[in-house]
Amino acid sequence: MQFTPEHEIFRKTVREFVQKEIDPHIDTWEANGGFPAHELFRKMAAVGLLGLEYDPKWGGQGADHSFTVVFGEEIGRAGAGGVPMGISVQTDMATPALHRFGSDDLRERYLRPALAGNMVAAIAVTEPDAGSDVAGLRTRAVRDGDDWVVSGAKLYITNGVQADWLCLLARTSDEGGYHGMSQIVFPTDTPGFAVSRKLDKLGNRCSDTAELAFDECRVPVSNTIGEIGRGFQQQMWQFQSERMIGAYQAVGSMQRALDLTRTYLKERHAFGKPLIANQYVAFRLAELAAELDLLRQYNYTCCERYMGGEDTTRFATIAKLKAGRLMREISDACIQFHGGIGYMEETWTARFYRDSRLLSIGGGADEVMLRVLCGLDDFLP
Amino acid sequence: MNILVCVKQIPDPAGPQELNNDNTLKREGKLILDESDSYGVEIALQLRDTAGEGEVTLISMSPGEPSGLRTALAMGADKAIHVVDDTLHGADALSTAKVLAAAVQRAGDYTLVIAATESTDGYTGTVPAQLAEILGLPSVTFAKSIRVEGGKVHVDRQTEAGYDVVEADVPAVVTVTAGVVEPRYPSFKGIMAAKKKPLETLAVSDLGLDLSSWGQNIVSVEDAPSRAAGEKIEDDGEAYLKIVEFLEEQKVI
Repeated sequence: MQFTPEHEIFRKTVREFVQKEIDPHIDTWEANGGFPAHELFRKMAAVGLLGLEYDPKWGGQGADHSFTVVFGEEIGRAGAGGVPMGISVQTDMATPALHRFGSDDLRERYLRPALAGNMVAAIAVTEPDAGSDVAGLRTRAVRDGDDWVVSGAKLYITNGVQADWLCLLARTSDEGGYHGMSQIVFPTDTPGFAVSRKLDKLGNRCSDTAELAFDECRVPVSNTIGEIGRGFQQQMWQFQSERMIGAYQAVGSMQRALDLTRTYLKERHAFGKPLIANQYVAFRLAELAAELDLLRQYNYTCCERYMGGEDTTRFATIAKLKAGRLMREISDACIQFHGGIGYMEETWTARFYRDSRLLSIGGGADEVMLRVLCGLDDFLP
Repeated sequence: MNILVCVKQIPDPAGPQELNNDNTLKREGKLILDESDSYGVEIALQLRDTAGEGEVTLISMSPGEPSGLRTALAMGADKAIHVVDDTLHGADALSTAKVLAAAVQRAGDYTLVIAATESTDGYTGTVPAQLAEILGLPSVTFAKSIRVEGGKVHVDRQTEAGYDVVEADVPAVVTVTAGVVEPRYPSFKGIMAAKKKPLETLAVSDLGLDLSSWGQNIVSVEDAPSRAAGEKIEDDGEAYLKIVEFLEEQKVI
């Protein structure tokens, strides 16, 4: 993939934005268990960083997908995984279906403010009894005249504490399985809705994660995104954006980790020489850098195919799987090669080690990716 | 209000720097907008926007692709003049000022010429004053804020003690101290719009200059001396007296 001078300036813009507007606040946000999403998103909107690929008619930037790759790589370089995760929920996880399938009225009232940073969005799919197995979800929306009456619970919802609206996936008929679900724009000021818990997590601590409760909440049926009953299919499509941006971010995050580790190992001396002079250490890092490059180039190919209009389900699934696996290897090597200081909270490696573990679990666990691939490649009995 | 901003494209200061055989800085790689120029660009954009009319024109002398100029255009500057010529390799400060002055004279009517106090790569800090002299214009340095009113430029000029309030007739050359404003990020739309903005590339011959008697010869380059170890004062309960004495010697207090 060929990047243009415009991509390079854009990359620099995002990198500087991360360095100036995000990194200096990370320690505070980690301690607070959340970052101020409205404030940060408004700043991002002013630079055109929210909704890169969305139609300018709704406040998007009209960019092609290659800019999303650059954007993902650069926000992935932030000093904590929680902020890029919260950002990409807004840009690539909770809003794509609304942009593609939503009515003009819904896009005007919910997409435009989200792209301006005036509303925070969250994607509400996972439930206590339905995580990777989306077909098992139980939250129901029962039709009563022109309203849906929503009851149920959602779990592990990123941005859930601060969200102004949710892209909610709920059962709207009794068909069961993958049928009879709908996506609904759910405003969080709806009576009967509550954030039942702010969850305490191993990592990504600067991102707020919530358990949400719905007790006979009434929202208009006109808040349905796209076709009633097509929610599962629309959500599966929306998951592709989520997995692609996740893989792009992972590349930036891992590149930063390898760069910082290289610098440290050149400076740190033991047994009369820099640590990097040990062939085992150098070879291990060189190989990890090589594997990272394979992932980066795979992402670029995914991007080209996506821009060419192809279905990139297989690309997104493989990229997400391999990114999650490589994150675990690289974060382990980085903390190991830093030794004792790497285990200290004051060193970036400790947070990175915690944060990096999520990618193999969130957005569909590694095993779900493998299950998808088994289906695509016919590794089935 | 038309404003000209002299900007420099430099090798990324974050990367390793190398010298050519003639001891000049290698500039073959990707060049970026000198960060110290981004403050002048920002002030110029604010002055233009406050005035509600006029253009911000960038003027630069540097080899290679106009990558740094594109950044400043993406911030919102209207057009650029880029002087690119192999004969300018190794140009000293005065030669640079002469080239910039010739480019300024092609740029039409203007109220101000803004420049950084000094560049991040060369650090001579002399080009703007030389430029003002060649153009026959007032020179105001170390501005922390600039206002144009009633045919004059009003500048708060930073000093060690605080700042002086200075005014001069326009047009004038004003240098801007780094860090006095928050330069805007080039927005996505700004970046895409910059592709269509006029960028004029000129050679020395286009400027009607004769460079045959110019230039400099860098005889040798040495590393800066490493910093000497400081004096350690053991605290025997009265170390503060020694520290006060030291600070008085340095005329800090």
